[in-house]
Amino acid sequence: MAATQEEIVAGLAEIVNEIAGIPVEDVQLDKSFTDDLDVDSLSMVEVVVAAEERFDVKIPDDDVKNLKTVGDAASYILKHQD
Amino acid sequence: MSKIKPSKGAPYAKIMGVGGYRPTRVVPNEVILETIDSSDEWIRSRSGIATRHWASDQETVAAMSIEASGKAIADAGLTADKIGAVIVSTVSHFKQTPAVATEIADKLGTRKAAAFDISAGCAGFGYALTLAKGMVVEGSSEYVLVIGVERLSDLTDLEDRATAFLFGDGAGAVVVGPSDEPHIGPTVWGSEGDKSETIKQTVAWTEYDSAVHKFPAITQEGQAVFRWAVFEMAKVAQQALDAAGISADDLDVFIPHQANMRIIDSMVKTLKLPEHVTVARDIETTGNTSAASIPLAMERLLATGEAKSGDTALVIGFGAGLVYAASVVTLP
Repeated sequence: MAATQEEIVAGLAEIVNEIAGIPVEDVQLDKSFTDDLDVDSLSMVEVVVAAEERFDVKIPDDDVKNLKTVGDAASYILKHQD
Repeated sequence: MSKIKPSKGAPYAKIMGVGGYRPTRVVPNEVILETIDSSDEWIRSRSGIATRHWASDQETVAAMSIEASGKAIADAGLTADKIGAVIVSTVSHFKQTPAVATEIADKLGTRKAAAFDISAGCAGFGYALTLAKGMVVEGSSEYVLVIGVERLSDLTDLEDRATAFLFGDGAGAVVVGPSDEPHIGPTVWGSEGDKSETIKQTVAWTEYDSAVHKFPAITQEGQAVFRWAVFEMAKVAQQALDAAGISADDLDVFIPHQANMRIIDSMVKTLKLPEHVTVARDIETTGNTSAASIPLAMERLLATGEAKSGDTALVIGFGAGLVYAASVVTLP
């Protein structure tokens, strides 16, 4: 069953916490991965791969650079999940 | 039809000795920062690299190879006249012909050993090792010298903040010889030419015009390479373990190509390697030396005592092509 936006954000928060050690409550829709959450370009790849597995989506490298904020990622996953 | 007599090889092959050469000049991140807008902290956090070695004019591809090979041959308990073939993997020897392997074979004092170069980027050591194993088992050479050597400082754009800090120079060599027991496992290898644009030389030599272009350099798409290296190569590494019938619990040492500390750390995590496995992290003081990185890291782990002779090691190389090669070996 497809995840809701709320579930996606909660899932992303867990992933970002696991990979970058950022507190779950800091991962909000308007937060920038690089500027606010200290997720650098390589950690972002790890976040993306973990999100792909968790939400059963494919996020090609060309699309990763467009995912600036948690909201961008949540919208992308919401739109592309099965 | 006439009957052709077959060659007679050894039952199996093993790595008998290893040697390395690192150029005298040690280059700290401060030197890199003279040409890019970055910081020591940024370079260390993105790559794990603190220093690298850059070759002088005298430390040529051949000269570094000869130094490393002499050590490897001595470590194997042999003399150069026993070497039947020399395989050199490099992408940074700027004279296409003749193969640099022939000069190395001659200057080492081999007896007209077969000698040739191969090009397989950062997987070059694994490719050459696979050839050497086949030659020993098939019987065309009893002892084969495998060399990975690079002067990547010659192919580095010092103004590119994504790669200026990454590359280093050096040579690593091993001697492969006969064995009664299997000490080099099956190779899992391949190429993905559809991804050839992810790591490449900026300008072809035939197109290079010094009035228009910067000197050719290696460039890469960092995120795409990182994803492929960590997640696809972890699968290849696992396949090499499975092919050798070795579980992660049986493994003593993991020697991945020293591409980037972040790749190494993520691979270890993705492979779920047990705590007891020693992981090569030579990149911190050597940088990425492409085909030379695995034998250099192997030599250092043995020299420092972090690994010992007889340990079971998983080696995996991966890079421009894209190409990859992984196998389980017993350390010399």
